Amino acid sequence: MRFLLYTTGDNTQPSAPPTPQMIEEVGKFTDETKRAGILLATGGLGPSTTRVRNTGGKLAVTDGPFTETKELIGGFALIEVKSREEAIEWAKRFRKIVGDGDSIVQEVFGG
Amino acid sequence: MTDLETQRAIDAVWRIESPKLIAGLTRIVRDVGLAQDLAQDALVAALEQWPESGVPAKPGAWLMATAKHRAIDRLRRDERLERKHQEIGREMEVQEGQQEGDDLLRLMFISCHPILAPEARVALTLRLLASLTTEEIARAFLVPVSTIAQRIVRAKRTLTEARVPFEVPSGPELDERLSSVLQVIYLVFNEGYSATAGDDLIRSGLCEDALRLGRVLAGLAPKEPEVHGLVALMEIQASRSGARVGPSGEMILLLDQDRGRWDQLLIRRGLAALERAEQLGGALGPYTLQAAIAACHARARTAAATDWARIVALYDALAELTPSAVVELNRAVAVGMAFGPAAGLELVDALISEPSLKTYHFLPSVRGDLLAKLGRHDEARLEFERAAALTQNARERELLLDRAAASSRGETAS
Repeated sequence: MRFLLYTTGDNTQPSAPPTPQMIEEVGKFTDETKRAGILLATGGLGPSTTRVRNTGGKLAVTDGPFTETKELIGGFALIEVKSREEAIEWAKRFRKIVGDGDSIVQEVFGG
Repeated sequence: MTDLETQRAIDAVWRIESPKLIAGLTRIVRDVGLAQDLAQDALVAALEQWPESGVPAKPGAWLMATAKHRAIDRLRRDERLERKHQEIGREMEVQEGQQEGDDLLRLMFISCHPILAPEARVALTLRLLASLTTEEIARAFLVPVSTIAQRIVRAKRTLTEARVPFEVPSGPELDERLSSVLQVIYLVFNEGYSATAGDDLIRSGLCEDALRLGRVLAGLAPKEPEVHGLVALMEIQASRSGARVGPSGEMILLLDQDRGRWDQLLIRRGLAALERAEQLGGALGPYTLQAAIAACHARARTAAATDWARIVALYDALAELTPSAVVELNRAVAVGMAFGPAAGLELVDALISEPSLKTYHFLPSVRGDLLAKLGRHDEARLEFERAAALTQNARERELLLDRAAASSRGETAS
């Protein structure tokens, strides 16, 4: 089973910049998921600034809110695991490292 | 959390932690059966305590500490193992982490030890390293639970009696032992790959289990080209799993598959693994060669764009390395595609008297195809009928009989 794990919350602005220690721990965690053979793809997410919306066939592109920052303010991981519970367990381990905020766990079908 | 939620969380922790746990314990007690019992004890303790106390912050460390205490308790009761008791004291000092990977690799080598029958290696590996339950393994392999349970018990006993050392083999032994590990993983993968639509999901899940084991192994033995070769082969084969079955459950042959349904993520991963295997240097091994062949298909945007000449060259190398009639037959197919049906037919004809292919439906099916392309429709019809009689698969039989009918109308179309 595949799951998409990603961070959410206020994704227009970075919270406190990550400490070197947190960066190191996240790196270690990513290595662990690789060693466990579950990580298919991963990456950082920049601030969300553009929204494309279809309303009754009418497409609208909304820009902003803008942020000055070019920093990553989130990330995602596509993992392949045995069960939803296992995906949740990995998300918990990640959350313990990065602190306050939400991680979303969504099953990915097809592909 | 409700009790049920906690139990599911424990189950998930177990899936993640138990291979490392069993591996670490095997290092300490030098007996894989005892190590598994101790790990199981720790699991029972978790099931008793976590619903009350909550899942600990570091569940893996908790399980390990609990199992080690059980180990000491047990060994105290067992005088013969007094020496081991002392060892545990020493081993417990060893830093975790660094050791973890080494232990896991040793456990893989033990579970796939050539002293065990291949089906025992498979069962033990799935049990210890993929954390499947005995019931799940039985369901996946369509055999009774008691059969799998016995296989595992006997395998552990054999390993104990033979005093198989808990180590990564070196020197010339390494190649043989590694090839056994790769064989077990690929066997698991193929078992899952042969699952059909109506089968239990656990069965097709074997592909994921094998991929996970392969990816773990690639992390543990990154300098072994064939490990990456096997991972590449499995990733690329798995990339086609959504395209190889039609809407009514029928198998779709590689060249007829809708390539838009191939999983590009797995293809990219497969090609990257293949590159790693090739970059490690040396002559390409059998898994890497098969992966390279699979990669030729994966890279081709359409079936017509396939680089058949390269596939022929790769089959040449494979035939030299692992000569077999089946490889020859596949090579003949590639030659037929690269250099025309007459050239392919010449090679197939040389295989007709091959005893190992006597009941293999693929031989007459390939021969029929080549004959049809040469316009020799009467002979083609006979071959398709022969192939239809040999195949065990009802869908495939239908397909072959359709082709036989087309041949009797003088049509070549597949």
